[in-house]
Amino acid sequence: MTAIVDYGVGNLFSLRSSFDAIGVEAVVTSDPAVIEAAERVVLPGVGAFRDAAEKLRTTGLWDVVKNEAAKGKPLLGICLGMQMLLEKSFEFGEYEGLGLIPGSVVPLEGYVPAGLKIPQMGWNALEFKNASGIFKNTKEGEYVYFVHSYYCDCPAEYVTAVTDYGAPVTASVRRGNVYGCQFHPEKSGDVGLAILRAFSEVKE
Amino acid sequence: MIAKRIIPCLDVRNGRVVKGKNFVGLTDVDSPARLGKFYSDCGADELVFYDITASAEGRRLFTEVLTEVARTVFIPLTVGGGINSVDDFDRVLKCGADKVSVNSGAIKDPRLIFEAAKRYGSQCVVLSADVKRKDGGYRVFAKGGREDTGLDAVEWIKRGVELGAGEIVLNSIDTDGVKEGFDLEMLTDVCGSVNVPVIASGGAGCMEDFTELFTSLPFVDAGLAASIFHYGEVSIKELKSMLLERGIPVRI
Repeated sequence: MTAIVDYGVGNLFSLRSSFDAIGVEAVVTSDPAVIEAAERVVLPGVGAFRDAAEKLRTTGLWDVVKNEAAKGKPLLGICLGMQMLLEKSFEFGEYEGLGLIPGSVVPLEGYVPAGLKIPQMGWNALEFKNASGIFKNTKEGEYVYFVHSYYCDCPAEYVTAVTDYGAPVTASVRRGNVYGCQFHPEKSGDVGLAILRAFSEVKE
Repeated sequence: MIAKRIIPCLDVRNGRVVKGKNFVGLTDVDSPARLGKFYSDCGADELVFYDITASAEGRRLFTEVLTEVARTVFIPLTVGGGINSVDDFDRVLKCGADKVSVNSGAIKDPRLIFEAAKRYGSQCVVLSADVKRKDGGYRVFAKGGREDTGLDAVEWIKRGVELGAGEIVLNSIDTDGVKEGFDLEMLTDVCGSVNVPVIASGGAGCMEDFTELFTSLPFVDAGLAASIFHYGEVSIKELKSMLLERGIPVRI
């Protein structure tokens, strides 16, 4: 069973449905016991970093997610959920992240060439860097759906895919059993479902 | 590079899609879920469902079909029609919509854009405007293009973005239904310097119209159309391979 962590941020209907579509049992839950019993954990997220981090703390799920990751359980952060895996974020201030992957969350503005629209909103192609695990069923160059104004600035060894938005933008990260994708696999058609299927098969 | 998007728009009345004639190979042509899946399989980058129902019962049906669509179609879904309050946003987002498009409701009360963007984020709020040339300028119309609001389109779009709209749909009433191409002049004059994604709507008649749109106006991110897709005049698959041949980045 895969636990989709519900900490009151965003709508998890599509994410839940996409696991149904690939025949993987997934439950949307805020119950620590369910998350602890799950084989895999998905940390979703939309909105602002500060609010999401605060909600993850006040629901008591911050430590639960951290502990499960430390035990070696596969964890997938999606969009803001991926950004929260990092050490800190500079979105409207400076905030501490889960610290499961080295790096920080910084604005696209000033990084991508001027004139490009922010947020990056739409379909963009994956370019692999040490891609493994969740990209088992994915070909380089396939398109996935992005909506974001900030990106993960991580040491190259943790970056598994980038996308070209005038500059290489981190599309996914991995450190051992901890995975993250900036794009929305649940909104990326068959390519996205293939990524969720691969995550559902990773052993660590 | 980020792909240019092709977006079919489906009008839904009382839970059924207002029919097109020529859905090849589809029997239940008016089921929004079946059509959504059909378009998604054809390579549509996003779907817009426009609720043209007036009754409360129709609204309930609409949210039911939306849920059904979101259960089976895994690309971004935008909902428009009858969005007048943040509660309306809440109603359709809970059913699996990713973005909500406001039009007359935002004209009546522009704070709707601000309130919705604050609660759900700008990426969720699409400002759709029906615009027509009048007295040497561009005028915003409400109620499906029937009522002149007196608002200048350039000012209105600018204000909408300032209030938090994360995307603009510009529908030209002048070219809508004419099928001789998108309104490149209006798009340039009204949305040329907008810093959020712009979706062109109104006037597409053939595949070449999309090529012309994307080659002449690099700031346009997506092309939206209804009847030419519904009636099978343009196949999204063929359209995208043609755009790719012309060097326009699209998702195949």
